[in-house]
Amino acid sequence: MVEDEGIRRYVAHIILWIGIAIVAFPVYIAIVASTQDNALIANGQMSLLPGGHFFEVYYQTIFVGTSGSTREPVANMMLNSLVMALLIAVGKIAISIISAYAIVYFRFPFRMTIFWIIFITLMLPVEVRIYPTYKIVSDLHMLDSYAGLALPLIASATATLLFRQFFMTVPDELLEASRIDGAGPLRFFWDTLLPLSRTNMAALFVILFILGWNQYLWPLLITTRDDMQTIQVGIRKMITTTDALTEWPIVMATAVLAMLPPVFVVVAMQKLFVRGLVETEK
Amino acid sequence: MANVTLRNVRKTYTGGFEAIKGVNVDVGDGQFCVLVGPSGCGKSTLLRMVAGLETVTGGEIDIGGKVVNQIEPADRDIAMVFQNYALYPHMSVFNNMAYGLRNRGMKEAEIKTRVEEAARVLELTAMLERKPRQLSGGQRQRVAMGRAIVRQPKVFLFDEPLSNLDAKLRISMRVEIRKLQRRLNVTSIYVTHDQLEAMTLADILVVMNGGQVEQVGNPLAIYEKPATTFVASFIGAPPMNLMSTRQDEIKSQLGGSASEAGILGIRPEDFVITDQTPSGGVALSLTVEAIERVGAETFVYGSRAPDEQRIAATPGELPPGEVIVRIPGTEAPAIGAKIRVAAVRAKLHLFSEDGRKRIEA
Repeated sequence: MVEDEGIRRYVAHIILWIGIAIVAFPVYIAIVASTQDNALIANGQMSLLPGGHFFEVYYQTIFVGTSGSTREPVANMMLNSLVMALLIAVGKIAISIISAYAIVYFRFPFRMTIFWIIFITLMLPVEVRIYPTYKIVSDLHMLDSYAGLALPLIASATATLLFRQFFMTVPDELLEASRIDGAGPLRFFWDTLLPLSRTNMAALFVILFILGWNQYLWPLLITTRDDMQTIQVGIRKMITTTDALTEWPIVMATAVLAMLPPVFVVVAMQKLFVRGLVETEK
Repeated sequence: MANVTLRNVRKTYTGGFEAIKGVNVDVGDGQFCVLVGPSGCGKSTLLRMVAGLETVTGGEIDIGGKVVNQIEPADRDIAMVFQNYALYPHMSVFNNMAYGLRNRGMKEAEIKTRVEEAARVLELTAMLERKPRQLSGGQRQRVAMGRAIVRQPKVFLFDEPLSNLDAKLRISMRVEIRKLQRRLNVTSIYVTHDQLEAMTLADILVVMNGGQVEQVGNPLAIYEKPATTFVASFIGAPPMNLMSTRQDEIKSQLGGSASEAGILGIRPEDFVITDQTPSGGVALSLTVEAIERVGAETFVYGSRAPDEQRIAATPGELPPGEVIVRIPGTEAPAIGAKIRVAAVRAKLHLFSEDGRKRIEA
């Protein structure tokens, strides 16, 4: 029995290690490739050990860009991506928490209808409504702007639903106590509901930031100027070069850089996340 | 300081359900009024109407000489203690108490004085910086009380504030609430389903059933002269024994006009185990079925011949034919023994056939 358990545990660990290797290997390759000489990679002679070009490759990537005609430093792309992702994450949270507040705490005509309309938009992601959305954004002269990048993606049925579910678990007595304490609807929202939703907001922020960061199709359509490019679009453009060699180390360095902010957000928010799970008392 | 007057107060929900069917209660300045009744009787709804958390669909609620039907809860000058305390989980004890004062734009120095004074009275001084989740149930209860006290309102409203506490704590908090209310001398309305809490706390007791007031008055007066069979069986534990007077055994003993009443009630403690029949009183033959010894007293559950006449049982009433007798001490007859119990004339309660009216014999 005991031996049996031991073997089973080894098997489990081996499977887990294989899984980790499958996930981690491409990342490792990307890191390694970003430190090598481009000629080596192009010849298919890439070493599996880090090369010696780390500083020059990253310097060029961040501050200069590729040597192609539409060069753009990756630092600028990252800034664009960051602004877009933050606008989307913060905007989505703000809009959805407010609409959830309206739906849960106010009695107004067609409340349930509005709720269902919001619910139905779950079935209409950007890809489905891309033409009308593009038309509107272009008519509003928001092409090549941060507003154009973020605004159409801000409405979120999922987040609204999430906040709605959360608000419904908040005891009614808290609202009543607030009313007796002289807090109006805005005060109750600001002083009680927002602080209570902090952990929900943190969790959502992580998810939405990554979602915003990884947007590809929409930024590709809406941005034409190189200085408004986001990093995800930028990587793609670096790979498809017409008559020059793809600069793989720079592509890989950009990919590595593109991974950093989401990783940072996850690591930074994890504490709040876990604390939120532990302190669930209302 | 204020009196609270309810004039023919009604509450009908949009579905047509009538939760409160015309209630008239007058609570004098500084009095402690307890609303008691079984769950669903409308007592909490009535309290929430006084608080302004439920709309009033008929009648008037008057606090301190002003009709408050249309006034927001915050402007009624009331403070409420909730059953689940409803403390703000993310605020410290201090801020929980200070919140209502800050919203009223009170000066921070004055807030500090008031909160610290309340904390001193409630022995919370050492916990002012803690969050509610770091407190025990009893301490949370105190914070909820503190939040009410610092406001220095005209009226305190309590919605079953002790029902989340364990039995021992409930008793000590009950005493504290009463002491506090006496000292602050603030008019209070208190909702409970626990008749013992109701009896011990109330200056005025309001017994409610089905959205109506069954009886209003001094708790002891209600205990001694319940107006209906509902009150008779609800107030007092164990409940009053109710039996039909149509049966020969009782009818013959009652005699005269008393035998015209429909229902006879005798409290368990008014029975004595004796072979004699007191003149004008009632004696019953019982078979002992169960014994409950609680230390200072013993409850004897006996059965009589089946009481076919008494079917309309009120809530909390014993099954017809069963009789509880309370005897002091722990000496009790054996199970299965045949005993005779008797009650004197002065201890008999007579009610009309439908139980809605008390008859003075």
